[in-house]
Amino acid sequence: MSDPSLRGEPLVAVRNLHVAFPSATGVTQAVRGVSFSIGREKLGIVGESGSGKSVTGRALMRLLPASAQVRADALRFGTTDILAASEREMRSLRGGRIGLVLQDPKYSLNPVMTAGSQIAEALRAHARMGKREARDAALNLLESVKIRDPRRVHDAYPHELSGGMGQRVMIAMMLAPNPELLIADEPTSALDASVQSEILSLIEEQVDQRGMALMLISHDLPLVSRFCDRVAVMYAGQVMEELPAADLHKATHGYTRGLLECLPSLTEKRDRLPTLRRDPAWLAPHA
Amino acid sequence: MKARLGALAATAASIPITLLGLAVVTFFIGRVVPIDPVLAVVGDRAPADVVERARIELGLDQPLLVQFWRYLTDILTGNLGRSVMTSNTVWEDIARFFPATFELATFAILVAAILGIGLGVLAATRQGSWADQAVRVFCLAGHSLPVFVLGLISLLVFYAWLGWLPGPGRQGIVYQDMVEPITGLLTLDAALANDWPAFWDAVLHLIQPAGILAFFSLAYIARMTRAFMLAELRSEYVTTARAKGLSSTRIVWRHAFRNTLVPLVTVIFLTYAGLLEGAVLTETIFAWPGLGQYLTVSLLNADMNAVLGATLVVGLIYVVLNLLADLLYRLMDPRTR
Repeated sequence: MSDPSLRGEPLVAVRNLHVAFPSATGVTQAVRGVSFSIGREKLGIVGESGSGKSVTGRALMRLLPASAQVRADALRFGTTDILAASEREMRSLRGGRIGLVLQDPKYSLNPVMTAGSQIAEALRAHARMGKREARDAALNLLESVKIRDPRRVHDAYPHELSGGMGQRVMIAMMLAPNPELLIADEPTSALDASVQSEILSLIEEQVDQRGMALMLISHDLPLVSRFCDRVAVMYAGQVMEELPAADLHKATHGYTRGLLECLPSLTEKRDRLPTLRRDPAWLAPHA
Repeated sequence: MKARLGALAATAASIPITLLGLAVVTFFIGRVVPIDPVLAVVGDRAPADVVERARIELGLDQPLLVQFWRYLTDILTGNLGRSVMTSNTVWEDIARFFPATFELATFAILVAAILGIGLGVLAATRQGSWADQAVRVFCLAGHSLPVFVLGLISLLVFYAWLGWLPGPGRQGIVYQDMVEPITGLLTLDAALANDWPAFWDAVLHLIQPAGILAFFSLAYIARMTRAFMLAELRSEYVTTARAKGLSSTRIVWRHAFRNTLVPLVTVIFLTYAGLLEGAVLTETIFAWPGLGQYLTVSLLNADMNAVLGATLVVGLIYVVLNLLADLLYRLMDPRTR
């Protein structure tokens, strides 16, 4: 069996991950000792801007800029040690076994290539495939992400697509080589509210259908709690707490509570939303 | 497709307007400069009635608007007047001098574009490395060294000391007038005539002036390429491309460079236009009988017909190349269609 989750090993194992960015003015510690693991499940990572969620996701694919200093006791995908893997191994991992959906298709798709050719490129990067074959496969993928007119979208340039449509193309592209893990980095933050839920249910459907693991990075707590199995709450480069998504409302940590407290509610009247009070103790490294 | 044609038509329609503006400018330059066209024709010792007759013949007694109209119909029929200095029509002169500039500029821009893009991409993909630093110093030199210094050093080293390359001029004296002029481009004419010794002679003569012009242009092109590439390499779609597991060659050329090429085309075309107007200093140092030299000598001799005619041609080149750059831009960037 090649599926590591069936051997009782998690798909992703991260232990004590540190990421630092040195600059002229000093070293920025973006991630400070993060540990978690992902099996065949949906893990949500929430936290405010700058809490290190995206950096953590990209460290898994080794997509950080060359200047980043990454160290960890363990950073593994399946049996691959990501810190020690060769660039060649990483390339087959990227796209092939781990997909990454970025926030805004306006920027994350290449403006001078058609949607179809960008999908075909992802296919051909990981499988021997002729041009025709890749084109047909791309059309199929577009259909599977529920695009009504796959032929038109296939030949369209990103600027000719709406945000929701662009994000479907992005998802199709990342699903193309059938990855085992999909990292979705704020996949709906740039979209209209009505499109957000469509994209989320599309991701959910695909993840379930393909039996993939999902790492959903978001700052939207209610969304993550509805959507994921487990939630890790990050703050200042550390995981504050990790809990089953369904129990998010029962969170005990001061930071998570603070975030939940300041959400407005449609059903009960709240005069003035409290602001989050930051406790310096949260910054202390913990085991 | 329809919108594309419309945009094309709009661009094409702007050309006559630009050219009309150009004609207005050259016409008024001709009136404003303190050179009396009558005296230029009859000389300053001519009797008063000869001067008067020449004045009427030149149409200078007419109102300004009529003069402009005549000027306009003249240039539209290709009549740019006669050069006082060479006593040829200006058109003939330009047809003789322009190919030399065209040959020089084309060789220079080809070298500059290929090397400039290569160096710019190299520097951008290895930002901060010694290769990047070397390219930047090289470009700085290209921006700051005066052409006459470099030209003279080059002549001193490669012609006088080493003797590897021929001296100033377009061809060796033995090949002078040996090849039938068809295009006016010595390399092409020699190749067409199957005269390979003459071809090599012309190429060797091109190396120094074209190389020096290329150096200055490539410094600019490489700097722009580097800057554009750095911006593209930082963009999100490059992260996407890397996340797809593409090779770095593919990411650099197929993704980042393909986007860089769009603004770069304008840079290259305008640099080319600048070269085509004739590089006066380079042409002077290398005794290159090109448009820049023609324009300068005419100006120094107060030969206004020649100056205005050549200016008009230079303007026309700019307009045409700008149009070409525009068309290519539209072709390459789907967002402008």
